[in-house]
Order: sequence, then structure tokens, then C-alpha cells
Amino acid sequence: MDRRSFLKTLAAALAVGNARVVAVEFDPFPPAPRLGKPLSPVGERSRFEAHVQRYISPNLPSRHTGAAFAPISELDGIIHPNGLHFERDHAGVPEIDPKKWRLVIHGLVERPLIFDLETLMRMPTESRIYFIECAGNGQNGYREPPEPTLTATRSRGLVSGAEWTGVPLRILLEEAGLKPEARWVLAEGADASAWVRSIPIDKALADVLVAFRQNGEALRPENGYPVRLVVPGWEGSIQVKWLRRLLVADQPAMSRGETSEYTDVRPDGTVDAFTWVMEPQSIITRPSGGQRIAPGFHEIRGLAWSGFGKIRAVEVSTDGGKTWQEARLSEPVLDRALTRFTLPWRWEGQETVILSRAVDEAGNVQPTREEFFRRWARNNRYHYNGIQAWRIRADGRVENGDPPLAGGPVPPLRAGGCGGEVLDG
Amino acid sequence: MARALLLLLLAALPALAEGLGLGRELAPEEVQAYDVTPIVLPDGRGLPEGEGDYAAGFEVYAFECASCHGPNGEGAPFDRLVAAEPFSTELPPHRFAIGNYWPYATTLFDYIYRAMPFQEPHKLEPDEVYALVAFLLVENGIVPEDFVASRETLPKVRMPARKRLRLDPLTRKLYPWIELP
Ligand code: HEC
Repeated sequence: MDRRSFLKTLAAALAVGNARVVAVEFDPFPPAPRLGKPLSPVGERSRFEAHVQRYISPNLPSRHTGAAFAPISELDGIIHPNGLHFERDHAGVPEIDPKKWRLVIHGLVERPLIFDLETLMRMPTESRIYFIECAGNGQNGYREPPEPTLTATRSRGLVSGAEWTGVPLRILLEEAGLKPEARWVLAEGADASAWVRSIPIDKALADVLVAFRQNGEALRPENGYPVRLVVPGWEGSIQVKWLRRLLVADQPAMSRGETSEYTDVRPDGTVDAFTWVMEPQSIITRPSGGQRIAPGFHEIRGLAWSGFGKIRAVEVSTDGGKTWQEARLSEPVLDRALTRFTLPWRWEGQETVILSRAVDEAGNVQPTREEFFRRWARNNRYHYNGIQAWRIRADGRVENGDPPLAGGPVPPLRAGGCGGEVLDG
Repeated sequence: MARALLLLLLAALPALAEGLGLGRELAPEEVQAYDVTPIVLPDGRGLPEGEGDYAAGFEVYAFECASCHGPNGEGAPFDRLVAAEPFSTELPPHRFAIGNYWPYATTLFDYIYRAMPFQEPHKLEPDEVYALVAFLLVENGIVPEDFVASRETLPKVRMPARKRLRLDPLTRKLYPWIELP
């Protein structure tokens, strides 16, 4: 078909009445594709996908502490590829030889025990699909006024979904035998900061995994290789990576990671410790900040999740919150896992604001930005789960549509260091 | 056949009662050897022997810490270490620090001993870490200048931020037995 007949076809298509506004470029298949690449021992992404990368703020004072955001603007699905799972380190990523890895269980136990990886892998295992979310996810929501160029990745990309396989922590603790005074399990990592967090014994015995597989393969180094804790539904920082030690105690450690960091300020100036459970979240990833859409049909897509259990519903508004429709949840809808939602939508080319709101099976509803700041102080740093709004401009450009708050600007936030470790600029 | 099964089951029972029989039991000295970064509890358990004061801490701080935390702990390029009360919801998060945000003095020893200096942790002796803790507590206006940090004194220090700390209400509902130290 030459150019003239192509234009004719296009004109004919337009005349059919259901205006196909987006013309797909005419470029016929090559007659014979070339011989491709040979078999490969390890698959790699298409080079055309090389731009899909974790986002790392250019403003961090160090790349040994900080976060890399999963590129949720450019992914679909409840499982994230291992190389794109979000990452948050406090003192770099250690290199651990699996032959030298040991796990020590001691303290208030009948028998202090040591395991090597081979022994751990002989034990009974479970595989579960869970989200892991950094307590600092959403931190860009603390900015006031809201930053216009925010993307979905930078808004909520400190979450990822994966299938985790490991030994239930309960089995290891039973192997060591808990003494009656045992109340806490203090977990320690083998990174340079020897990261420590305290887990109440009820949770440790309930559903915590000592995981050595991430989506079927060994964990990625930045996600705890060879072994990490997976603490379903709770903030990521308690899911100790590079696990090397479990001290069973009658008291929590009140480590830096549960006092100076990962504590939350309330509007009355009270500071809450042990804010473990991740509240319901949802985010529209398409269309979302930084993207540009054309008028006509679009499937609105996004992710929802909650540390309280399954997602019960996601409601979407395409008119700035005046009316809400229930989105379709894509199966499987799993307990404390990422859940996909979709909603068919036709954009008429007028400026509007789209929003999503998650409701979990415990009945918790994701708050608006304003509701969120009635519960938490403006200078709090964690657990931001306010509804993310996207403004679609008349030219199709998508921007942060979050409403400014009545109280005006907040104390400035800095990237890196105390109070801004995951903030990006 | 049924008897054989029963016998088999009985033979398996002790194994089950004892668990899987996996992992090796550690002798107390071995546990000690693995406890390279003792976890310090708020009541002082886990703190090693030793002591240190402001003057000694001043020296160590200038040499090992000032380049990252500022000559006076004002925090550049990394975390601020010195900040006085009052704390308020107007305070920018990068001004949260030991004097207005840290609820337990024991955490200071625990963290510095296990994690600082950032590029070469575990290089400091317990006496040096006690000295740094004394230095930082004095700089934050929490203890007098003649304070000597040790296993005995640190658990007794009342941190100004402790009065603001409480258990998250949701966590209290889930785990009513938890009390903050
Ligand atoms: C090379 C830079 C560097 C040096 C040197 C250094 N630190 Fe740090 N320090 C850091 C970084 C980075 C962090 C934040 C780590 C994180 O993100 O978890 C930190 C965090 C801290 C904190 C926690 C602050 C808070 O409020 O949570 C304390 C306390 C601290 N350092 C004390 C010290 C002391 C004492 C020394 C000297 C022995 C020291 N540091 C040397 C980089 C450094």
C-alpha cells in the first residue's frame, strides 16, 4: 500500500463513525525476519526495555543509604521482576558467601542453635505471595505544596510483590524450644549496620517466613541474599535482610530503627512506636504522572494492597471525586499481596482529575490527603497512604493532582539523612 | 501390617516430639563468639564493660565523626546528632535528633557500637563508644559535663523524648501485653 492509499484507508476508517483517533503507523512486516540470537543460559530483558529501571533520587547524599523505587509506572502485575523489586538499604548491600552464611538462634531458648544454608533448606517450607512495602513509601506526599511532576513510581514505588519461599519462623523457634519468658524475637542482619528489629513473639509464631527464594530463585543481594525475614503486612524495615541472628528476649531492643527512625508523629506531638501494620493503599499507574494520553478509550490500571488482609474493593473517580465507580479486581486477590484493578474509561479530552481509593477486608478505607493529615502530623515521615490524584490536562499531559492543604507549606523536607532518607529532591 | 505401621509410627514419635533434629546446638562459649554486636536492651543488658566521659568523647568525635555529622553534631552531610527541646509538629524532620527525639540512651551505645563510623563500623572499642555517648549526651544538654557513661549509668539516663513516646494504638489493640520499656 502506498502513502496515498494509506491515507485513503485512514479516511475510510474515520468515516466509519467510531472515530479511531489514533492512527497506527503503516509499516508492513519485513518479508523475511533475520536469524535471531542463539539460546542463552540466562535471559535478559529486551534492549528496548532498558529504560525500565528503579528510580534513585539524584539528590541523595549517599547511595549506601537510601531507596530505589520499583518502576510501577511501567509495570503491570502483582509480582515484580526480581531485578526491579524496590530496595532500601541502611549501610550498603553486603556480599555474603552462602557457604559461610550462618543463622544463630539464642537467648530465651532451651537449645541455642546454629544453622547453615543447607540445613535450613532441608526444613519444611511454605511459598506465599506477599507485598513488601517500605514504611517511607508515599513520603513524597508529605511535600506541601504537592510537587507537580510526581510520577506513580516516585509516589508509591517503595512497594513490590513477590512469591517468597522459606521456612516458617515458628518451626525454627520450636526447634530451639522457647522458654516461658520469651516475648520478643530480636532479628539482626549481616549488613554493615547490623540492622536490628524487634518482633513480638505472637507474630513470630504466626506467619513470619525465613525466606531463601524470591519468585523461585535465590534472593537478590539487595533483597537480603541469601536469607531474609518476610513479615507479612508489616513495614519493610522489620523484614530483616541478610538475616544472621535471632535473639529471643523478654524485652524489645528499642533499636535505632524502632526509635529514631520508623516512629510516627501525631498531630498532638505524640510519637508512636511500633507502627507495624501497613495501611490500605492504592495507586493508578496508568494514566499517571509524567505520562501523556490521547482522547478516546483507556483502561485505567493500578495496584492496591493492605497489611490488614485482602483488598475488598477499589473505587475510582474520573471526575475529581464527585462520583465513584467500583473497579474490577483482577484475580487472584490474595491476603496481603498486591492486587491489580482496572476500569474501562473513555477520555473526552477535557481537563479532569482521576483518583483511586482502596478498601480492605477489615473495612479500612484509604484516606484523602486531608483526612490523612488529621491522623498524622505534617512533619511525620512514614506511612503516608493518602489518595493520589492525577490531573489530566486538556493536552493529555498527566500531572500530580493532589490538592494543596489548608494549612499551607510544611517544614522543608530534605533528601537523605534523618527525616528524608527516601525523599528525592 | 497395621502393627508394623503402628510400630513405625511409634518409632517416629520421639523424633517428632524433639522437632526435626536439624541445626546444631551451640555451647555457651560458642554463642558468646557469635555475639559480635551485642544487642543492647533498654535495661542495660548487652552493654559491655567499660566507661567513657565527655573529654575523651570530644577527641574521638572530632577524629571519627565530625566529617559526616558536623563539628558540633549539626548534621552535614549526614544526620544531625545535636538538637535541643522543645519538639513540635512544626519542626522539620531533619532536625529530629538525640536531644529531642531519641527516647533511650542505651540505643546510642547499641547503634554507634554496631554501625558507626559508617564506612568502617566495629572499629571502636567499648571505652571509645561510651566516651562518644557521654559527649553526645552532654552536647544535647541531657547530662552534666562530668557524666561518665557506663553499663550502670546509661540505663538510668532519662531522655527528654521518652515522655512523648507511646505504643501505637493499633499495636496496643493487637498486642495488649506490650509495654514500652
Ligand atoms: C562516612 C560518614 C559517617 C561517619 C564518619 C560517621 N557517620 Fe554516623 N551516620 C552516617 C550516616 C550515613 C547515617 C545514617 C545511616 C542510615 O541511613 O541508616 C549515620 C547515622 C548516625 C546516627 C543516627 C542518627 C539518628 O538520629 O538516627 C548516629 C547516632 C551516628 N551516626 C553517630 C556517629 C558517630 C558517633 C560517629 C563517629 C564514631 C559517626 N556517626 C561517624 C554517616 C557517618
